[in-house]
Amino acid sequence: MQIDSALRRRLIEEMAATVEAHCQELTELDQAIGDGDHGTGMKRGFDAVLAHADKLADQPLPAALRGIGQTLVMSMGGASGPLYGTFFLELGKALDENPDRAAFAAGFARAMAAVAARGKSEPGQKTLLDVLAPVSAALAENETPAGIARVAAEAAEATVPMQALRGRAAFLGARSVGHMDPGARSASLIIGAVCAVLEGTSG
Amino acid sequence: MNVGIVIVSHSPKVAEGAADMVRQMVGDSVPLAYTGGDEAGGLGTSVARILDAINAAWSEAGVAVLVDLGGAETNSEMAIEMLPPERRERAVICNAPIVEGAVIAAAEASGGSSLAKVQAVADELSSQ
Repeated sequence: MQIDSALRRRLIEEMAATVEAHCQELTELDQAIGDGDHGTGMKRGFDAVLAHADKLADQPLPAALRGIGQTLVMSMGGASGPLYGTFFLELGKALDENPDRAAFAAGFARAMAAVAARGKSEPGQKTLLDVLAPVSAALAENETPAGIARVAAEAAEATVPMQALRGRAAFLGARSVGHMDPGARSASLIIGAVCAVLEGTSG
Repeated sequence: MNVGIVIVSHSPKVAEGAADMVRQMVGDSVPLAYTGGDEAGGLGTSVARILDAINAAWSEAGVAVLVDLGGAETNSEMAIEMLPPERRERAVICNAPIVEGAVIAAAEASGGSSLAKVQAVADELSSQ
């Protein structure tokens, strides 16, 4: 599908609006099992992306994605800045200007692998990888945007009974069980925002 | 020129306090920089600030970075990858407790040891 400048701008705006709307929720999830900075960190990052929306959206898709990643890395702080930054940077490196579905699925998988390497983590450890992995599989199976959003939301819910093995929550051991992982939740929100925009287009 | 030391904590106070202890130990014989706190001044770490600290403590012999919790390490790795290529290979993260690691790495560096030796001495703290 063609992701033109106007669509790139809508995607940026929708991601930023979603983070804004859920900032408090992410903070509360992170206060339960982390250091409580995830909501403000995400908001700081996506506010910075939104502030550069014109410049970012005017660039071809790969450069726009790398620009988003760079902006997140430099503005978010916390442990999630490098993880989200790495995801967008690698996705930008993996895609060409008009990726088809198969190319996008392959690029997503590569970006997910880079996040796993950056966090020295893997799925099953109560992190955002527990959302990225099933979404990557759904992309490869040609799932619709609405279906992918559903997969992401369910995957975030599925982190509730998990015990954290990476990140600050790992210090809590068994006490991390019973809380949704904030990174998994934010990943499902971002993916949901992107899918909501794409569902409304021809793609 | 001696190896430089960079201290990266989530807390500005921890970073400053650890740096004070290093200074007391080695004076000005080792390039030293520290950073703590995120972009907004809260607890956390910032890639941009870590980059500034690495460049401030830069030595041709390299710099050893001491970190506290996970995000400090991840952000420091990111900062090192963003250094110019000729500097990237000469910045390493030590696997050591931040305060003890900074003091012992600085003491080793003040004797003119190589970056590899400074890193090895700090890393030994974690294997004891």
